[in-house]
Amino acid sequence: MKKNWWKILGVALVGYAILGGFLFKVPRLNILNETIRNLNFHVTMWFGMVILLTTSMVYAIKYLKKGDLHYDDKSVEFAKVGILFGVLGILTGAFWANFTWGEPWSGDAKQNAAAICLLIYFAYLVLRNSLQDEQQKGRVSAVYNIFAYSAMIPLLFILPRLSPDSLHPGNGGNPGFNFYDLDSKLRIVFYPAIIGWTLLGAWIATLQIRIKAITRATEDV
Amino acid sequence: MYRTMKKLLTILSLFVCLNISAQEGGFRVTAESYDDDSVEMADEMRSNGKIYVVVSVVMIIFIGLIGYTVTIDRKLKRLEDEVFKEKA
Repeated sequence: MKKNWWKILGVALVGYAILGGFLFKVPRLNILNETIRNLNFHVTMWFGMVILLTTSMVYAIKYLKKGDLHYDDKSVEFAKVGILFGVLGILTGAFWANFTWGEPWSGDAKQNAAAICLLIYFAYLVLRNSLQDEQQKGRVSAVYNIFAYSAMIPLLFILPRLSPDSLHPGNGGNPGFNFYDLDSKLRIVFYPAIIGWTLLGAWIATLQIRIKAITRATEDV
Repeated sequence: MYRTMKKLLTILSLFVCLNISAQEGGFRVTAESYDDDSVEMADEMRSNGKIYVVVSVVMIIFIGLIGYTVTIDRKLKRLEDEVFKEKA
């Protein structure tokens, strides 16, 4: 129980985010209407993804330093959950955009950048599966992981802001609305939701990591 | 001590990042936005209380899935105990 407190916290926070996300008062804005509630579900996927991929990159560096395959397992499983969050983010984004921007894919700067970012991470998984030797697989994919992460940050956080027009709020010269800044009522669900989804993702990743550890242990016998 | 400090610092800097990335934007949310009745919202759904039905359904599904994940977690724990005790 002592070691599992963060799982309980994660579940509680996501539960709170679902309740609060549906029921709390939200600002009444044109075009968005009730879909503003997606802030607690769609946007949190991306924030969760970034945190999980950061964790993955940290373990990649640890692996390169120590050469222990256990770090490689952690790195790849966190990356996988991060990618899953990214795919969910892009799907929910397209669905949401269909009703607010008029079409699922409008070639928006941030949409394109997110798609490129996901493709870079898909290549990570393909690269891993193409190598046989465990240590070689670990090293090559750890180096690629660091590269992919350094490509993701400008793709998601810098380039969309430089683009002349973007539909995403806070990007380009487009009138979006400011989600996080002034509005404390949105924030009291949004921030806990990010932490909750991230912890849930981490839980799923640790399940896979533990399976791998058991498999390795039984193989050694 | 040093390690917890490091962890706390990382979490703190993450929140700073969140705030930095938030300081931009076009038209703003104000206090009046909450009472702007000219914008259509799902008020009907809320006034007759049926929205709670939907929220409850989502919560039941969520709790069910989490419950299932917990059983997987427990099963793994048992396996771990077995495998790693054998080795030790």
